[in-house]
Amino acid sequence: MRALVWHGTADIRCERVPDPEIEDDRDAIIKVTSCAICGSDLHLFDHFMPGMKSGDIMGHETMGEVVEVGSAAKSALKVGDRVVIPFTIICGECEQCKRGNFSVCERSNRNKNLGDKVFGHTTAGLFGYTHLTGGYAGGQAEYLRVPFADKTHIKVPDSIPDEKLLFLSDIFPTGWQGAAQCDIQPTDTVAIWGCGPVGQMTIRSAILLGAKQVIAIDRLPERLSMAEAGGAITINFEEESVIDRLNELTGGKGPEKCIDAVGLEAHATGSIDSMYDRAKQAMMLETDRPHVLREMMYVCRPAGVLSIPGVYGGLLDKIPLGAVMNKGLTIRTGQTHVNRWTDDLLTLVVENQIDPSFVITHTEPLERGPEMYKTFRDKQDGCVKVVLKP
Amino acid sequence: MAKGLGYLSIALGAAELLAPRAMCRAAGLNGMEPLVRSYGAREIATGVAILTSHNRAPWIWGRVAGDMADIATVATGIRQNGEKTTNAILTLAALAAVTAVDVMCASGLESEKGNRKTAVADYSDRSGFPGGLQAARGAARHLKIPADMKTPEILKTPEMSSSAQAAS
Ligand SMILES: NC(=O)c1ccc[n+]([C@@H]2O[C@H](COP(=O)([O-])OP(=O)(O)OC[C@H]3O[C@@H](n4cnc5c(N)ncnc54)[C@H](O)[C@@H]3O)[C@@H](O)[C@H]2O)c1
Ligand SMILES: [Zn+2]
Ligand SMILES: [Zn+2]
Repeated sequence: MRALVWHGTADIRCERVPDPEIEDDRDAIIKVTSCAICGSDLHLFDHFMPGMKSGDIMGHETMGEVVEVGSAAKSALKVGDRVVIPFTIICGECEQCKRGNFSVCERSNRNKNLGDKVFGHTTAGLFGYTHLTGGYAGGQAEYLRVPFADKTHIKVPDSIPDEKLLFLSDIFPTGWQGAAQCDIQPTDTVAIWGCGPVGQMTIRSAILLGAKQVIAIDRLPERLSMAEAGGAITINFEEESVIDRLNELTGGKGPEKCIDAVGLEAHATGSIDSMYDRAKQAMMLETDRPHVLREMMYVCRPAGVLSIPGVYGGLLDKIPLGAVMNKGLTIRTGQTHVNRWTDDLLTLVVENQIDPSFVITHTEPLERGPEMYKTFRDKQDGCVKVVLKP
Repeated sequence: MAKGLGYLSIALGAAELLAPRAMCRAAGLNGMEPLVRSYGAREIATGVAILTSHNRAPWIWGRVAGDMADIATVATGIRQNGEKTTNAILTLAALAAVTAVDVMCASGLESEKGNRKTAVADYSDRSGFPGGLQAARGAARHLKIPADMKTPEILKTPEMSSSAQAAS
């Protein structure tokens, strides 16, 4: 089959690789009908996340049709079922899965010892996302092997097109969890850093959850226009001071809820701390650039909540924990517990409360994947979200 | 390429700063150690700026200006110390090449930036809410927030609690 294969920094190629096969009774094989490129894939493309090997197949936002089912998954899936595959692989039986903490499933990471070493304790296996989380082949391919397939799937109705369903795999529940874990109150101002695909979904979720005021921060005019369409007041951080504007919009008190939908490759213009981070990161003394985290910690209203769906990989410098501690802030973060939310979110899509396809700006054949990685990373051609068709 | 030039700046700057005598000997600039050391500081500052700043172009142009100063200095060196001219001439040739690379890179970066501006699109018609924005506000308030993600009652202000009750 053809698949997008990682070979090194900014080197992803569309290549022929062996078709996946059932390796375990609980596996299923999916024929991919649509897959997408995620901001998390960019951290691998730019090689800021450790643990990739040349030859790894990319992709964790995938949907398609079941073509083969292992004997132990037959009770839950049959050939021909239409499914969206969550990016977190879940066993459904461990203590964490039972509590709905799917992204920290204790059994799906087959490189558990690596996860234990790097993070203290292992997290769930993820598709196409480094050997720290299992080194499982991803879904930017014609076929995908789904481990623990009897649990790791979301069944979707035939009547709705791929484009409205695909993002149940990741960015829609990620935006949703980013907002939901803020426990938004009708009096709340919610500030969201980053208007990429995750930020856009977070904005929609905060609106649906009834925030009084949603403020979105980015620097790319086309993304800001999309944020505004979704109901956000926007701040262009290249043109105005984020801290000043946020305080102005909240009567000087700061937003109650702050959400980081940017992650470890944050930009900053002209600020001392960002120069410091870039130099340290370039010289491999720091893995992540926490400019957005610092801003959130500083501007958040006392007793507020910091929600961090943006991905971080390792060690961060100069974190103002004094502000967090003294203001009594709550931090909630994590890879998304996708299946915790997908029943509710599928219902919202079916009922036409939201149409997540609004975020798609580019639909291309799989072979064009390598170019689309560049287009998406460099924010060229008005690109917000890329869907690939194998 | 800009990044490579940033590293080069830092490496060269560090050498000029830490070992000015050796650098001067190599470049045929005996006796000009303090000046070379100050150039070292300049190189490091530009290098860090190139690696760290969002818009690298002005800093690369900064390197071009620095190259000019280097060329002028080495040229004086030729006139002053006759015996070391071969080294100085070789240095001059190398500097000219580096200047050319800097100029190329700086103009490349300028045009890259130009491309970015022409590609902007307008998505102000993409709300994502088929029923419109107004209907969407609060439309999913009925969905339950799991207990582990709720704000403890004690952290809520009376204002929050009463408006939450009014809304439900
Ligand atoms: N928690 C999860 O399970 C999960 C799932 C998916 C994605 N993610 C993460 O979410 C983040 C965003 O993903 P995406 O697909 O939207 O990526 P993206 O790269 O398209 O979006 C990031 C956006 O942040 C903006 N930005 C950069 N610096 C900023 C700053 N200082 N202030 C405000 N905005 C800034 C960029 O201009 C860009 O529009 C990534 O870190 C990704 O890995 C997390
Ligand atoms: Zn993702
Ligand atoms: Zn589990």
